[in-house]
Amino acid sequence: MAATEQEILEGLGKIINEITGIPASEVTPEKSFVDDLDIDSLSMVEIAVAAQDEFGVEIPDDQLKNLKTVKDVLTFIQN
Amino acid sequence: MSANRVRVVVTGLGATTPVGGDVTSTWSALLAGQSGVKTITEDWVDTVPVKFAGTAAVDPAEVLPRPEARRLDRSEQFALVAAREAWQDAGAPDVARERLGVVVSSGIGGINTTLSAYDTYKERGWNRLSPFTVPMLMPNGPAAWVGLDLGAQAGVHATVSACASGAEAIGYAMDMIRSGRADVVVAGGTEAAIHGLNVAAFAAARAMSTRNDDPAGASRPWDRERDGFVLGEGAGIIVLESEEHARARGARIYAYAAGVGYSADSHHITQPEPEGRGVIMAMTQALNDADIAGLDVKHVNAHATSTPAGDVVEVQAVAKAIGTHPLVTSTKSMTGHLLGGAGGIESVFTIKALQERIVPATINLSDPDDGIEVEIVHGANRELPAGDIAAVNNSFGFGGHNATVVFKGA
Repeated sequence: MAATEQEILEGLGKIINEITGIPASEVTPEKSFVDDLDIDSLSMVEIAVAAQDEFGVEIPDDQLKNLKTVKDVLTFIQN
Repeated sequence: MSANRVRVVVTGLGATTPVGGDVTSTWSALLAGQSGVKTITEDWVDTVPVKFAGTAAVDPAEVLPRPEARRLDRSEQFALVAAREAWQDAGAPDVARERLGVVVSSGIGGINTTLSAYDTYKERGWNRLSPFTVPMLMPNGPAAWVGLDLGAQAGVHATVSACASGAEAIGYAMDMIRSGRADVVVAGGTEAAIHGLNVAAFAAARAMSTRNDDPAGASRPWDRERDGFVLGEGAGIIVLESEEHARARGARIYAYAAGVGYSADSHHITQPEPEGRGVIMAMTQALNDADIAGLDVKHVNAHATSTPAGDVVEVQAVAKAIGTHPLVTSTKSMTGHLLGGAGGIESVFTIKALQERIVPATINLSDPDDGIEVEIVHGANRELPAGDIAAVNNSFGFGGHNATVVFKGA
């Protein structure tokens, strides 16, 4: 059974906390990675690599650059 | 030497070593004669003939914030821990970024990263590598991270000369200040090379002790029963400053970094030259550079790694270049050999010896080898005389690199 959006959000929060130190509770769907969470492009690559391991979903580089908000990543992983 | 040359002083010390996570704990362990060498239990230990090492007393990954630690090779973690301690110890000098430099070296670089990243690449593919793999494995990585941390813009360098790297870094930093390129330079050495491949490779060179039944007794410089060096890890970093800059801000001055000398043996890629000609040349040039006589030198922190070939040649060279009078010790008997980190931590120890006027005894030296004319401190620590005295740190590396740094009491 596919993970629910809430489960993915929790997993993503953990990954982002591990990589950037940002508290998982601040990782909410409407947040922008660059503007709200201050996450740079190399950190996004780290997050994508970790997400691949966690959720088994490949995020190609040309898709990664379109994922601007936490919600974008949740949607990408769910689909 | 010109009389009006810029004088360089030491205003901060930092270290993380096999015997302590900072300068204070490390220095008290050395004065107590404690060994940091212990049996190791890594999964590769069964594949190599050496089952022990001087692992760091404090894991740097536990000291640094996790998001920071995961982007750093262990050698970079050590460097940042020691550099931050040294910087705070110096009172976090107020210096223009354009006048602040960094010279931090490693003998081998981010070898743990290189090897684990190669496994990841082979087993899981290129796109599972951390985007920070390159800055983790590059040998200038420790210098670069320290430079970023402090905002240094006068130049960030990494001098690489195997086990002479740390001492050469301090010499290069002194030259940066003397030539007017910088007012403050953070300098030293770091190493994190306790890995199966390195142990196997050094063992293949027949350079390592295999005293597996007595790890704490394995590093025994000058002892007749010595059988090779013991691998250690950690970093030693100091803050160097022009005397004028340090005095103007009222900084505490530990010592003068008074002189540096270099040479190359040009004899053999790993074996020391048996007459010690290169080593004598480095020490002689360092004394000349410091404008002092051999008699002014009261203490030598020797390179002495506990290898059959090198230890006695070095002290015979000390006798020729400096004299038989200095109190000589090898702190590697307790820390093991930190390779590129050695010149860093041992400069810290040389400066502490001058400041506190005490020389920590070499441990495990129960039966001194033949041919030693100098006074090697063993059995008990020895006091250094009051007054205007100097001390020397020697570091030599595979490749025939020799570097000697002279410190003078403040």
